[in-house]
Amino acid sequence: MPELRVNGDDFSVDAEVGTSLAHVLREELGLTGTKVACNEGHCGACTVQVDGVPILSCLTLVHTVEGRELTTIEGLRDHPLVDAFVRADALQCGFCTPGQIVSGAALVAANPSPSRDEIRHGMAGNICRCGTYPKIEEAIASWRG
Amino acid sequence: MARLIRTEKEVEGRYTEQWIVVEEDTLDQWPAGPLEEVGRPAARIDGLQRARGEATYTTDVQLPGMLHAAIFRSPHAHARVTRIDLERAREAPGVRGVVGPLNEEIGYPGQAVAAVAAESLAQARAAIELIDVEWDVLEPLLDPDEAVRRGELVGHRTEERGDVERGFAEADVVVEGVYRTQTVLHNSMETHQAVCEWEARDRLTVYISTQYIWGVRSDLAEHYGLPPDQVRVVCRFMGGGFGSKNGPGDYTIVAADLARETGRPVKCALTRRDENLDAGNRNATVQRLKVGARSDGTLTALEGEFVNATGWDGWLSSTGGPLEMLYACENMRLVERGARLNTAPMKAFRAPGFVEGTFGLECVMDELAARLDLDPLELRRRNHSDSDATDGRPFSSKNLLECYRRAEPHWARGDEVRARSRGPWRHGVGLASQIWYGGGGPPSYAWVRVGSDGRAVVITAMQDIGTGTATAMAQIAAEELTIPVDRVDVSLGDSARGPYASVSAGSSTVPSMGPAVRAAAADAARQILEIAAQRFEVEERLLSLHKARVVSADGGSWPLEQVTGLLESGQILGKGSRGPNPAGMRVLTFGVQVAEVAVDVETGEVRVDRIAAIHDVGRVINPLGASSQVEGGIIQGLGHTLSEERLLDPRSGAVLTQTLDSYRMPTIADIPEIVTELIDVPDAHLTNLGSKGLGEPPIIPTSAAIANAIRDATGADVRSLPISREEMLRALREARERAPERVGAPAA
Repeated sequence: MPELRVNGDDFSVDAEVGTSLAHVLREELGLTGTKVACNEGHCGACTVQVDGVPILSCLTLVHTVEGRELTTIEGLRDHPLVDAFVRADALQCGFCTPGQIVSGAALVAANPSPSRDEIRHGMAGNICRCGTYPKIEEAIASWRG
Repeated sequence: MARLIRTEKEVEGRYTEQWIVVEEDTLDQWPAGPLEEVGRPAARIDGLQRARGEATYTTDVQLPGMLHAAIFRSPHAHARVTRIDLERAREAPGVRGVVGPLNEEIGYPGQAVAAVAAESLAQARAAIELIDVEWDVLEPLLDPDEAVRRGELVGHRTEERGDVERGFAEADVVVEGVYRTQTVLHNSMETHQAVCEWEARDRLTVYISTQYIWGVRSDLAEHYGLPPDQVRVVCRFMGGGFGSKNGPGDYTIVAADLARETGRPVKCALTRRDENLDAGNRNATVQRLKVGARSDGTLTALEGEFVNATGWDGWLSSTGGPLEMLYACENMRLVERGARLNTAPMKAFRAPGFVEGTFGLECVMDELAARLDLDPLELRRRNHSDSDATDGRPFSSKNLLECYRRAEPHWARGDEVRARSRGPWRHGVGLASQIWYGGGGPPSYAWVRVGSDGRAVVITAMQDIGTGTATAMAQIAAEELTIPVDRVDVSLGDSARGPYASVSAGSSTVPSMGPAVRAAAADAARQILEIAAQRFEVEERLLSLHKARVVSADGGSWPLEQVTGLLESGQILGKGSRGPNPAGMRVLTFGVQVAEVAVDVETGEVRVDRIAAIHDVGRVINPLGASSQVEGGIIQGLGHTLSEERLLDPRSGAVLTQTLDSYRMPTIADIPEIVTELIDVPDAHLTNLGSKGLGEPPIIPTSAAIANAIRDATGADVRSLPISREEMLRALREARERAPERVGAPAA
């Protein structure tokens, strides 16, 4: 029974060894803001933070993150990046957006004034098929409003 | 008055004749330019929900007792199922239902064969491994030209005007070329999926990621022999479609069959790999083109023979459309053939046919310009078509010459761009024009409900597939009711909660739904004025709405809530419908894009630095959302041009690119500077709005603009997509043989 700390709350979850963190977040804890688009680590939609570092929750086994500080989009709902994304129109269908914001929040936490190149480097693991990239770049560049 | 008309209806360039009941548009168009709400940048009304992860997509639907389905797919491209044993799967842990065989003749790899529903997805996936099939494996047909030779056709279209032979005889210059485009995959971030639930065995509720709630409803009603009102289709949020989600698909039938068999709700979701096997594609094409022109650039003949690698099924999109429609040329002949192959069926993909056909046509036009030593922009101006090239009909509006004029400053950067060339990196500019449909049409309906608090709700069972149409509808209703957009909600995405709405395909949602929403808001406004006239004893003709107040021409003024507040829990309900398209006119969209590229002539690497996009789609409702549509189209076009390709094993037909690391879509690191300019002049003949659609136009000219910029940079004629390093180096080799001084020496 792994013990998880997610967005500041503690959970005991019933998960077999080999279960992914994304599965537990979405199916067991009902935290469906984390999206799964490829389920094999290629697209970044399922990004969450482990101790502030962005990771792919679809490839992360839930037993490996016991006792760590997990942050999902539900824990970042009041982050200024959320408003910045809406203001800049940095989302279309919105399916990849929670993962983009989780990645972006980790980026600006480590580097509050990223250059355009640093944004492109930091966000290159999050695919957006609608092509909101120019607006994502703008949202992150202007995240403090 | 309701009027019954027999009219031509167009979606994605496919025309059908049908009976439609329309109400005449009685509203004059608003003046051009930004108004109070319409024409001003608006953040998405549902942006926070999506950004905060609160929006519920089909993938997030969890119903009590819901089972999960997995589909067993054919490993063979062409085979017959001679025996199938589902018993071991049926006995597997957690399995509650099995269906199959779904198809006995298999026409492409990944085609559905059988499916199971189990308590968990893991159990369902484990169970399909236990399905035993004996196959009669057949030789796959994979070569489109061979399919044409054998007469294996999905469709066949020929068009001809004038005298093409005479046209070529009159030409001073004839340019010919074979252009090829690849198969590309939609790869919506949310895979195709549905959750189905039956009530009392004759009422079906379907949650589905779809572009067409009403199409899914009618297809399922027909499939199950139900009255359509007993099928409810819900799609509140969906994670992208790009043309691939216009119908229910096998997965929905699987979910509904298994739900009926088990008496439980069933979710059936494609995996990413399934998505790359069986969710549709933009078909590959082979285009044999020939153009003739006089030395001044006037076209004398256009000829095109197109083979579309349509796959096992699907439809013949109009790859010849741009050749037929873009330029004034009296003599034109085209033949299109859809090759029936043992590959997955095509589905509409963002301007199907025209993306591919524009690549060929606009590349051969540029080769013609080079041969005649004419400026490519000037060549296009000289062949501008003032009326519809196919039948002479007038355009409802056309501002392509204005697009060309607005392209001039971007085009004029050419000298500066070329001067950046250093070492192996050669820089250049290129352009391409765009023509497409996008006028929308009836039927489409909306209601606008105004409550006693003076807030409004737009109610219509349309879907917002991510294009921001819900926001555009809120802006339109707000404008008509003279209230701020934050006082308008939009209720959409449920066939049980609103009237029929348009498919979100063919760039049609705004031009189809927008006029209906405006008409509904105007109907509500009229009722508000009628009530105010009685309450305040003023002649109704003196009253109008202005800035959320009822204003009388004789000086009185009352807040809207003072009128609607009389209703308490009652409401005002306005209804509106989309009027007809202008009779005898052709409604089309136009544009031009200018690309700046850099090519490393030693390695074949191509980098796109900048794209300026100028499009004419009539009135723009939301300039912010519109710029996002343009950027999104160009970025998909960039992937189509440079990196994306579905690869097949040439012998077995197996799909080699099923994952998102092997199928290479653009990332944020690949994006050039994109400059968007919209002409924003209302189409005076089209509806009460004058707006056309913008979803598709921006993807259309991108690949040709890039290829033409490559020609400008290097002298090389790229004729095949994607422009891989291999294709780039091939084109450079060919150009060096022709003119060694122009291209420069290859690396040692």
